[in-house]
Amino acid sequence: MSKHHVTTTINGEPMEFLCEAQQTMLDVLRDELHLTGSKEGCGSGDCGACTIILDGKLVCSCLMLGVEAEGRKVTTVEGIAMGDTLHPVQQKFLEHAALQCGFCTPGFIVAAKALLDENKNPTEEETRYWLAGNLCRCTGYDKIIRAVLDAAAVMRGEASA
Amino acid sequence: MPRVSYTAPATVDEAVKALASAAGLTKVLSGGTDLLVQLKSGRVKPDLIVDMKHIPGLIGIREEGGFFVIGAATPGVMISANEKLEHAFPGVVEGVDLIGSTQIQGRASIAGNLCNGSPAADSVPPVIAARGTAIVAGPKGRREVPVEAIVTGPGRTSLEKGEFVVEFRLPKPKPRQAGAYLRFIPRTEMDIAVVGVAVDVTLDAGGTCTDARVVLGAVAPTQLIVEEAAKALIGHKLDAETLAKLDAAAQKACKPITDKRGTIEYRTKIAGVLARRAAAIAFERAAARA
Repeated sequence: MSKHHVTTTINGEPMEFLCEAQQTMLDVLRDELHLTGSKEGCGSGDCGACTIILDGKLVCSCLMLGVEAEGRKVTTVEGIAMGDTLHPVQQKFLEHAALQCGFCTPGFIVAAKALLDENKNPTEEETRYWLAGNLCRCTGYDKIIRAVLDAAAVMRGEASA
Repeated sequence: MPRVSYTAPATVDEAVKALASAAGLTKVLSGGTDLLVQLKSGRVKPDLIVDMKHIPGLIGIREEGGFFVIGAATPGVMISANEKLEHAFPGVVEGVDLIGSTQIQGRASIAGNLCNGSPAADSVPPVIAARGTAIVAGPKGRREVPVEAIVTGPGRTSLEKGEFVVEFRLPKPKPRQAGAYLRFIPRTEMDIAVVGVAVDVTLDAGGTCTDARVVLGAVAPTQLIVEEAAKALIGHKLDAETLAKLDAAAQKACKPITDKRGTIEYRTKIAGVLARRAAAIAFERAAARA
């Protein structure tokens, strides 16, 4: 079985890769492109550790085939910071200590960034529902929610970075 | 995962050919949120995956005369974001919205939810209640079938080799017609329905029900259209006696199983409760359209 040649855009850069049909996008990111920020937690779409943004929509990269990236635009956690400047969500995760082991963090960062791209002023409830597909077994979520709401305030210019 | 072939046809005809001519097991790929889980677990071992998302119209929502048409592979996030669709079919959007997380919504489709064949599929009861039909393409051409005729049992459908769902057609609601969908899970998010109930009603100017459909999910091997429950509503306003009859009819139709999410007795009782509550919402919505 020949490999598929896929032309795509990842974190703003044109990218080509070869993959087999059964390889997931997560496999491709980690094993072929060495973008190991996205994690495999459950492999079944429950935990959100593999979360990426595909053409502006949040998806689990473990539930997507690599070949499906053809012609699409993908953002991973590696594409969230602007050069050496952390995204407000990343900065606030640090300040609020919204992580302990860190395994779930890339998924939360990507999901939270997608939320704030769409909704500049989410309520706590909206934020909790939006992030219901991201599981954290360390922090108990409270710090994560505070970090996201604080990042939103920074992005609205209502709080200091 | 075991090796598999992949093709992404650009037309319905190419897709039918790919599905019909392949040796071995073929699987249709829309959002993949069920299929990839099954591939990884080894529950299904297809030789060929046919990705339908490159076919024009398979993703998207349009109005065609008296119908809303939803492309089979349209992800939940697009369905929830369509205000006209949500206004016409609030129950359908409620059902779609309950499927999985934000990430799952980014990919999961009604056709996938339907053809996966789960009795607990949240989008299916409200689509059936709205008298939705599926346009099925296959080697013999196209056919239009009521959505309730697609699933024949858990994990099984009436689709033949080479066939797949192209789109859903929902007849636009009449004046004072509206639907609602409620499901019960033991937590607030991210779980599979213990019971789901969709109710669709049409009222006259005085608030009396002139037409109704009540559909139960997760209480039988397939979704159930409960004629007796609809009869309990038709000709009546939403008074205590009508609600009691609706409750009893919904409970009587249940043929559930006992599993970790609920016992037979529990599911049956909840079906009656949800039928009452969904009917109340549907009546209120329909009356508000007067």
